[in-house]
Amino acid sequence: MTVEMLVCVRRVPDTSENEIALNREGNDIERDDLVYSINEWDNYAVEEALQMVAKAGGNVTVVTVGGDDDEEILRREMAMGANHGVLLCDEAFDGSDGKGIATILKAFVQKGHYDLILTGVQAEDGGAQVGGMLAAMLDYPFASLVNSIEVRDGKTLKIGREIEGGNKEMNEIDLPCVLSIQTGINEPRYVGMRGIRQVASLPVPTYGAAELGVEAGAVGASGAKVKRVDYFAPALGKGARMLEGSQEEIIDELLELVKAKGGLK
Amino acid sequence: MARIFAFIEHKSGVVSDTAGELLAAAKKIDPSATPTAIVAGSGPELEAACQSLCASFHEVWKIASEALAYPNAELIRKALVGVLPQGSIVLAAHNHFGIDLAPGLSIKLNAAFVSDVVSIEGLEGTWLKVVRQEFGGQVSAHMRCDLSPGAVIGVRPGAFHALENVTSSGQVVDKSSDAGTLTASRRYVETVVAEAGAVDITKHDVLVSIGRGIQEQENVAIAQELADVMGAAVSCSRPVVDAKWMEKSRQVGTSGKTVKPKVYLACGISGAFQHLAGVQGNAFLVAINKNPKAPIFQVADVGIVADLLEFLPELTNKIREMQSVSVK
Repeated sequence: MTVEMLVCVRRVPDTSENEIALNREGNDIERDDLVYSINEWDNYAVEEALQMVAKAGGNVTVVTVGGDDDEEILRREMAMGANHGVLLCDEAFDGSDGKGIATILKAFVQKGHYDLILTGVQAEDGGAQVGGMLAAMLDYPFASLVNSIEVRDGKTLKIGREIEGGNKEMNEIDLPCVLSIQTGINEPRYVGMRGIRQVASLPVPTYGAAELGVEAGAVGASGAKVKRVDYFAPALGKGARMLEGSQEEIIDELLELVKAKGGLK
Repeated sequence: MARIFAFIEHKSGVVSDTAGELLAAAKKIDPSATPTAIVAGSGPELEAACQSLCASFHEVWKIASEALAYPNAELIRKALVGVLPQGSIVLAAHNHFGIDLAPGLSIKLNAAFVSDVVSIEGLEGTWLKVVRQEFGGQVSAHMRCDLSPGAVIGVRPGAFHALENVTSSGQVVDKSSDAGTLTASRRYVETVVAEAGAVDITKHDVLVSIGRGIQEQENVAIAQELADVMGAAVSCSRPVVDAKWMEKSRQVGTSGKTVKPKVYLACGISGAFQHLAGVQGNAFLVAINKNPKAPIFQVADVGIVADLLEFLPELTNKIREMQSVSVK
């Protein structure tokens, strides 16, 4: 069988490159000088799609809802090997909640034909929701936290889900379906500058609300039933006692404490 | 105010610890509410779950079906859509089951959805103000969620203090006949239990635990040397396993092992709740991280801002020195 695959991706502030902190007003994260990249979970999803297509044949399309800035992550994933990148972009989409994003994606899915739709389990600033919502809107079966996929025949997959304690829940799922992919399922390939240059001139089509047939009131800020008000600094606990001084002083103090707690003989 | 429901998971008739937490969360939405528990399953296990929930909830809705003997999110979603009144507010735990169930349920109920809620601040008109953590817990966000069309709310396990034994007169109401036909396009096959691994991190009093801050696979040896001189084992957080630098059996957290050491040295671990939930039993938690704003410093007992690659070898040397002195 060949598989036509769609992977829904997002561009987010990269937590391995940035320390996410509050801005001076204390109501948003500091956005100056942020390094953005593809959401980590989504990158694993694209790699999984590429590996499946390498075995079974077919195509991988990556799609994102966003603006012009978001095109760079589509090109990055095309440099990894995705056949097509598509940007869903419209002022009417701004301020969409998870359901709004799923509504836009659903309209795009229905313009084509996909056997398998992948998303990441969650986004760095998201709620682990879009994949499950999209599946319900399409009436496709859904599985979250997927950490293994085995193609059985043209009609079903055998998938593993990560559940508590490192255990794995095996399921059989009918195609077409939506799966949300957990990190660690594979080892995403490296993308160099050269690879990105090679796809720089490929077209990335853009679709707006009218082309997708999305009703403006159903998406964007006006359709959102969930809105982010502001960011603030979390107060999780009373805070650690910070050891200070020279490295030697810190080590001496630490060893005393660890000894007192039975961690050293 | 719409009626509030809590979907309660159980395993072999033993109700999940999240039951009392969901009850507490429901009372935060509306202190005067009498939330209703919903529980699904089959046979005597379901009866046992219903009976124990009667100590916490005034009303327990039971959905019994052979098809629900294993908690399949797709089937439970179908059953809930059949059973729930229009405009309901439904709470569910944000765990591997809730992540499967809740987003799709919100679509089928045409309700609002907010997930991974760690705190509930109260109502402003029909809008509920809640708190969610983002960017691995580095910052928190206030979210507003419109309850007027009904809502599905995912509650983070462990975030609310459980309310228990608040009543003794709970009534079980059988709603099985409203559940409709239950056939699934996703079918449970089996559970593959995690391999034990060569080193059992749950058996050690001291763990040197490494996270993304260890930077490269070669640097794992630095942590191993420290563990060796301390008679400890090396454990890790999820990114280290995702990068294939250590075996899955070394991972601490909700999707790994739960450990109860005396001393836990968290090295280059930012402190995501999924990781910290795996450190139990009053461990003395030492956090070593080069980012002074790392969330782990808020929950650790002792914190050190340092570069691991410099600090850990120094610590190892110092312990070696001490040990050679005491041998002499």
